[in-house]
Parts: sequence; C-alpha cells; structure tokens
Amino acid sequence: MDKVKKGVRLEHISKIYQDPKTKKDFYAVKDANIDIEPGSFITLLGPSGCGKTTTLRMIAGFESPDEGEIYLGDDAINSLTPNKRDTAMVFQSYALLPHYNVFDNVAYGLKLRKLPKDEIHKKVMDILDLVELTGMESRMTNQLSGGQQQRVALARALVIEPSVLLFDEPLSNLDAKLRVSMRTEIRRIQQRVGITAIYVTHDQSEAMALSDKIIIMNKGVVAQMGTPQEIYYHPVSEFVADFIGEANFIKGTLLRQNGEKAVLNVEGHEMDVIASAPLEKGREYTAVVRPESARLADEGGLPCEVSLSCFMGSYQNYQVMVGNTLVKLTDSNPKNKKIYNVGDKCSLIIEPEDTHII
Amino acid sequence: MAKSQSRSLDRKKLMADPIMMTTIVLIVTFLTLFILYPLAILLVDSFYGENGLSLDSFRRILDMPNFRTAFWNTLKVGMLVGLLSTAVGLLFAYVEVYVKLNKFTGGLFKVVSTLPVVSPPFVLSLSMIMLFGKAGLITRFLLHIYDNSVYGFWGIVVVQSLTFFPVCYMMLKGLLKNIDPSLEEAARDMGAGRMKVFTSVTLPLMLPGLGNAFLVTFIESIADFANPMLIGGSYDTLATTIYLQITGAYDKAGAAAMAVVLLSITLMMFIIQKYYLEAKTAATLTGKASRGRTLIADKGVTRPLSILCGGVALFVMIMYICVPIGALFPTWGYKFTPLTFKWFGQVFTKYKGLKAFTDSFTLSLIAAPITALLSMIISYLVVKRNFRGKGFIEAVSMLAMAVPGTVLGVGYIRGFSGGLFHTGFMQGIYGTGLILVIVFVVRSLPTGTRSGISALRQIDKSIEESAYDMGANSFKVFMTVTLPLIKDSFLSGLVTAFVRSITAISAIILLVTPQFLLITVQINEFAEKGAYSIACAFATILIIITYGSVLLMELITKHLGTSRKMKEE
Repeated sequence: MDKVKKGVRLEHISKIYQDPKTKKDFYAVKDANIDIEPGSFITLLGPSGCGKTTTLRMIAGFESPDEGEIYLGDDAINSLTPNKRDTAMVFQSYALLPHYNVFDNVAYGLKLRKLPKDEIHKKVMDILDLVELTGMESRMTNQLSGGQQQRVALARALVIEPSVLLFDEPLSNLDAKLRVSMRTEIRRIQQRVGITAIYVTHDQSEAMALSDKIIIMNKGVVAQMGTPQEIYYHPVSEFVADFIGEANFIKGTLLRQNGEKAVLNVEGHEMDVIASAPLEKGREYTAVVRPESARLADEGGLPCEVSLSCFMGSYQNYQVMVGNTLVKLTDSNPKNKKIYNVGDKCSLIIEPEDTHII
Repeated sequence: MAKSQSRSLDRKKLMADPIMMTTIVLIVTFLTLFILYPLAILLVDSFYGENGLSLDSFRRILDMPNFRTAFWNTLKVGMLVGLLSTAVGLLFAYVEVYVKLNKFTGGLFKVVSTLPVVSPPFVLSLSMIMLFGKAGLITRFLLHIYDNSVYGFWGIVVVQSLTFFPVCYMMLKGLLKNIDPSLEEAARDMGAGRMKVFTSVTLPLMLPGLGNAFLVTFIESIADFANPMLIGGSYDTLATTIYLQITGAYDKAGAAAMAVVLLSITLMMFIIQKYYLEAKTAATLTGKASRGRTLIADKGVTRPLSILCGGVALFVMIMYICVPIGALFPTWGYKFTPLTFKWFGQVFTKYKGLKAFTDSFTLSLIAAPITALLSMIISYLVVKRNFRGKGFIEAVSMLAMAVPGTVLGVGYIRGFSGGLFHTGFMQGIYGTGLILVIVFVVRSLPTGTRSGISALRQIDKSIEESAYDMGANSFKVFMTVTLPLIKDSFLSGLVTAFVRSITAISAIILLVTPQFLLITVQINEFAEKGAYSIACAFATILIIITYGSVLLMELITKHLGTSRKMKEE
C-alpha cells in the first residue's frame, strides 16, 4: 500500500447515554484523550460496559461524541458519516453480506468506489491471497468456517485501503485454538500492510499478543495507556493490575525508605520493595506482586501457611496465608521441585525487583 | 450533561444524506396527511360545533336510540366473538402442538388457517345465508325448516367467530410452541395428571397470550363492517350505523361523533394489547423450546379432539366451497340442476363485471407495490436507523392498525371532501382513484410494516453497518443489502397488500364514486338485494384472483427466493 499512513487522535471525547431503566444520563465514555501513532496497533481493553466499543464506534462514525473532537490524520471528522470516513471495520459478527459470495463481499467497497472491473478483480484476488483464501471466491459465506468468514471480513476491510482498520472483538465467536492462530494472522497482516489498527477486546491475552500499545478502560475512563510490558509490570491501579493477568495486592505501612529501596510492614513482618517515587512514612501502601514472581522456601522470607496446593500440570498452584493476607502463587515446571502441602508452614520469598507500589 | 453536540452531529450526518432526509420527510408527511389528519378532523368536527368547543354532537348522538342500541350491540358481539374465537383458536392450537394428528386432519388445519387470509371478508356471511337462511340448503331442504332466520346477533357472532378464530389459532400456536416441554414434564413428574398440567402450567403461562388473542379479535370484530352489514339484518353495530348515518341520514357530523366513539374503543383496546399484554406475553414465553415435545398419542384423547377440530374445519371449508357452488346452480334455493355457467356469463354481459374487475384490479395493483415498498422503508427506518421522528413514524403506522375502516372512511369524507381543513386545498383528490389507492395503502400498511419489522429484527444490525462503513450511502445500503435480505417479506407484503386491497370494503364503500365499480361493493349490493347467485359468481371470480395471486407468489418465492442460496448448505 502506497498510501500515506494516518494516525487517530481523540481529544476530550465524551459520550453520554441514557439508562433505559432509570432514564438517567451517564457517561459511557468520559474525557478520553488518545493519540494513536500512524501504523501502530493499539488495543482498547476492558470489561464489558467500559466504553471501548462505544469509542470504536465513534471513530467509525456510527455514534456521535457529545464532547470533544476526533481527528483522522489532521482532519476533524466529527461530522462525517461512516461512509465518508476513511476507516474500515471488522465486526464481531463478521457482518458479511449473506446474499453475496466471497468475491462479491470483498469487491463490494471497490464497486462503490466505481473502480474498473479488471482492477477490482486484481485487487480482490491479491487480498484473498494475502488472507490465504485463494480458490474460495465463489463460495457463499455460509459455506465457510468461522475462521474463513473472519478472513473474508478482514479482506473486505483491507481491500478498500483505509487509513485506519477498526476491529470490534473480531475473534470472540471463534473457539479457543482458532482464536490464537487468527490473532497471529491478524498481527502478521497488519505488520505486512503497515496499517494503523485499533482493536477492541475484553481478552487480555489477545491484547498482549497483538498490540504495540494497550489502552485499558474502566467505566468510560481511560485507566492506563502503555506498552504491554508497562501495563503488566507497572499497573497504575488495582483495577489495571487485576484486569491484566493475576495479581496479589499485599498491603503494608511504610517503615523506611532509602532512594528506590523501601521497607513495608506486612502483617508484622518486614518486606523489601522497590518504590519509584518518594513515599510517606507510616502510610499504608499496596505492593502488586504477580503470582509467578513469588516462590516458597523453607525459610528466609515472610512466614506463611499453605492453604491450597494444587497440581495443574505445567505448574503447581498455591495459596498461602501471611497472617490475614492471602497470597496466590504459581510454581512452574514443578516436577523436580519440593511440593508444599496444605497446612505446611514455610516462607514466602518475593524479590524487591518483582514488586510494584501503587 | 448535555447531549447537544451529539444531537447536532447526528443532524449534520442526516443532512449529509439527502435521499434519507427526503424519504423521512415524505413518510412523515404521508402519515400525517392520510392517517393523523383524517382522525384529527373527526375530533375537531365532533368537539367543535357552531357554539365553539362543546359536547353537543355527543349529546345529540347519545339521544339517538339507534346509536345507543348499536353501541351495546357492538360490545356484546365483540365480547362474545372474542371469547369464542380465542377458545376455538386455543383448541386448534393445542391440538396441533400437543396431539399426534394424522395427515388428513393436519392438512385441514393448514387450509383453515390460510382461507380467511385470502378470501373477501363477507364470504362466510354469504354462505351462512345460503346454507341456513330462509331458502337455506341445510335449513330448508335438509331439515325442512321454512322460517329460519340467520339474520341478527347470532348470525354475526357465528360468522365472525368462524372468520377470526384462525387468527387466534395462528397466534396461540406460536406461543404454545415456545413453552419448554420440560416445564410440563416436571409437573407430570411431580404427580400432576394431564388436566392438572394444563390448568396449572400451560394455561397460566398462556394467560397473557390468551388476553392478547381476545383483544385482537375483539378489535377486529367491532371494526368489522361487511359481515354485520350482510347478516346483521336489523341488528346494527357501530360500524354499520355510522355507514347508515352517512348514506341514509346524511348526518356527517353525527357520523363523525360516532366514529370518534368507535375509534376510542378500538384505540383503548389496542393500547392495552400492544403495550401491556404483548410485553407480558413476551416476558413469560421467551425461550425457545429446548427440544421436541412428546406428543399425546393416547387414542382416547386424540380421537375426540381430532373429530371435534376436524368437524369445525370441515364446516368452515364447506362454507367457503358453498360460494362457488352457489354460483353454478340455476336458481339458489329452488332449482339445482342442471349446473350452469349463466351467472358467470351475466357477470360480464349484464352487470358490468369486466369494468368492476378491471377497476378493482388496477387500483389494487397500483396500491400493492407502493404499500410493500413503503412498509419495507418504514421498517428499515424503525429497526435500523436512529433519528428524531422515528418514534412518530413507528407509532402512527402502528396506530393505523387500530383504526376501523369505517372510521377512516368517515375521516376521509370529512377531511378531504371540502379540501384540507375545508379550505378547498387538495379537494381535487376527493372522488378520484388516487384517494382510493391511498386508502388501500393506509389500510394495508400496518400489516406490511409489522412483517417487515419482524423480518428485519432477525438481521444483524452490523450487516447494514458494514455496508455503510464500506462507503455505501443509506439508499445504496437499502437497495443492495436490506431489500435483498428481506425479499421474501417484501414479496409476501406485496401479495398481502394486493389481496387486502382487492377484498377491502369498509372504508372504500364510503368513498367510492360512481365512476369506479369495485367488486366488493358490487357483491355487497347484490347480496343486499338477495341476488345471491350473481353475488356468488362475483365472489368466486374474486376468490380465484386472490388465491391465484397467492399461489403465484409462492411460486415466485420458490424460484427467485432470496434466501435460497443462503439457506442451502
């Protein structure tokens, strides 16, 4: 594609909906400021009702924002109808035209643009080749598997060479295995074409696997924006930490701090943590610890008692009590390791580098 | 919080779509002009007299004994017909869904459910008179009763119940199918007998649905004009009284006030039915049955039920067959052989049949595609689009369903005979074929819209959105996506509109001018005069036309059908 790549910018975007039961207005999206670089793949991630789909539909033009302005490249596009916007969407239900075959589905947008016939034919064939559907042109859409329908939907969106590709939970109707292979495929094609992509999902592993950047939304508000690593290792809130992967929230009051090194009092024991900002002595803080970064030993850490020990195949699943605080941890490849059983008294080891204070 | 920005943006987006904008404006204008305005003018007429705002017209009609009688007659008939139709409909539905039937009875059920849809409204009255009247085939020649009178209360009740019960049957069948059999199995499992299961599980679940069916037939019954006209004799209902008030007493203001009374009853019932019972029905019977039901095969149950339902179905069919046969007898009631085609000949030679059929056919043929297209566009707007005025379009096109034809007819007379608001503007359309076509369209619009809406609700909204997103404007989306996807619904809407128009009488009889001869009006005239053979000949040809067009449609859908390619897998 020889087209100039365009980014998308949302400036103070809000959308107000009315609750159908209480008739009260509420913010479905509130003051979202998002800047998407040209050619990057970003994901809007969040639980259902967080405003991610509404945001996407505002970019596509199906919904109109109540505050703020949306820019595509440098152009304000608020008042453009969906058919006039240089975006193309891949729908959750694929939304293929059931009365057309694969070729006509993909050619639909090109025919609307009144391209000459042989050019349409060439473009459709090229794009079908890209999504690996060559030879399927004359199939009706209901003769395709879910994954193939998904590819047609993607081809149809790509073929009109939009500036931005929008995905609305496109993989949620596929089974788990296919979901994994399709997301690799989507990433491959996006990289190959180099198009700006905005992807909505509630599946965090999908977001991790696909994105250059993840935007986590909660109750209409952008909770955090960053690379997958930033979000996983440095979540800004309990919500983010909990939504991306599993997390322990260990609460303790600050005893002392020396630069980055700080010590918390957790259930009467000292725990070393890393603090990137100056903390206030005597105040309670929460340390985020991922289950895979903690481990059990006979001694040397926080004293604890095992309350759950469960073999999961590739890892051993533990829950331990440190005083009244419950900590979940996973020990991978447990075959040749010591297994602690329920009731065992042992020690919880957490390296300071594996903690993150919020 | 202010939603002003999104509102103004949505407005801008709408403005950027001139075809959509024009369509909405045209539809709103059409609905206002031809549904709301005639009804509004009735209100104005009856509340606003020479002395300004007053209830004088209502006082005046209340003083008329014929109005008071007609009012109570209407309610009595409506109640009884509603109850009877619902009961018979429930029986048929229950037997079909729960009882193992042999092929013959099953086939009878299907015929009975489609007959009333395609036949002119007064066919049953006609055959009722011919079978059970003074010269009735059954009363006079089989039972040798020489002074039997079918005219009056019972005549209307029987004929209307037989006409309307198939509607209840179809409605209730759908509901019964939605009852999850495991609910009833659970009750049986806990020790309830069949009767107990029916009264303690099935019936309570069906209650809102039964109420719904009752009200629908109640409305149909009190709005019915043709049957009371033919078989009512001196027993008048509101619909016939309004007609006589105009054609006999030339009292248009009085008729307007009566029309307002009739309209308020149907409207009230309609609102209860639409917004209360329908929601309740949907709430109690949502789920699809999880799996097939074990049908009752016990001969002690199936036999009496099959005989009962089969008997009713057969009786209905005999009544329908009676009409074409009646047209073949030399003189009904006196001379039965040899069978003759002379009446059919006379239709064309003596009674200007050709003109009647051409007029009816042409007007209906013009009205049908307009109705079908209009109802599909309205359904599309209502289901798929968001804009201000959408609520108005939906409400008014549904409102038309609750307006009895006679009321609409009076409204058109009052509203257009002197032009818009009696100013003379648009007076030109009064008395023309155009106003007849408009009446046809308005009368069939609700049915078409309802079927279009339910067809469109089945289609994922994102299919149209995807086309829109690919760069198609609203017009393109409608033509390349929506319409092809609901082609079946469109075609059946086309035929339904045609059949309804060519068999319509209630509003039309008030508006037709001598320059047009309409078949239904002709049949009504001949039947009134007692010229049954010629009425039968007219009716037979009409039935052939309507049945023929339904068959033609089925053929077309089978071969061109939309969804053939989509369905084959």
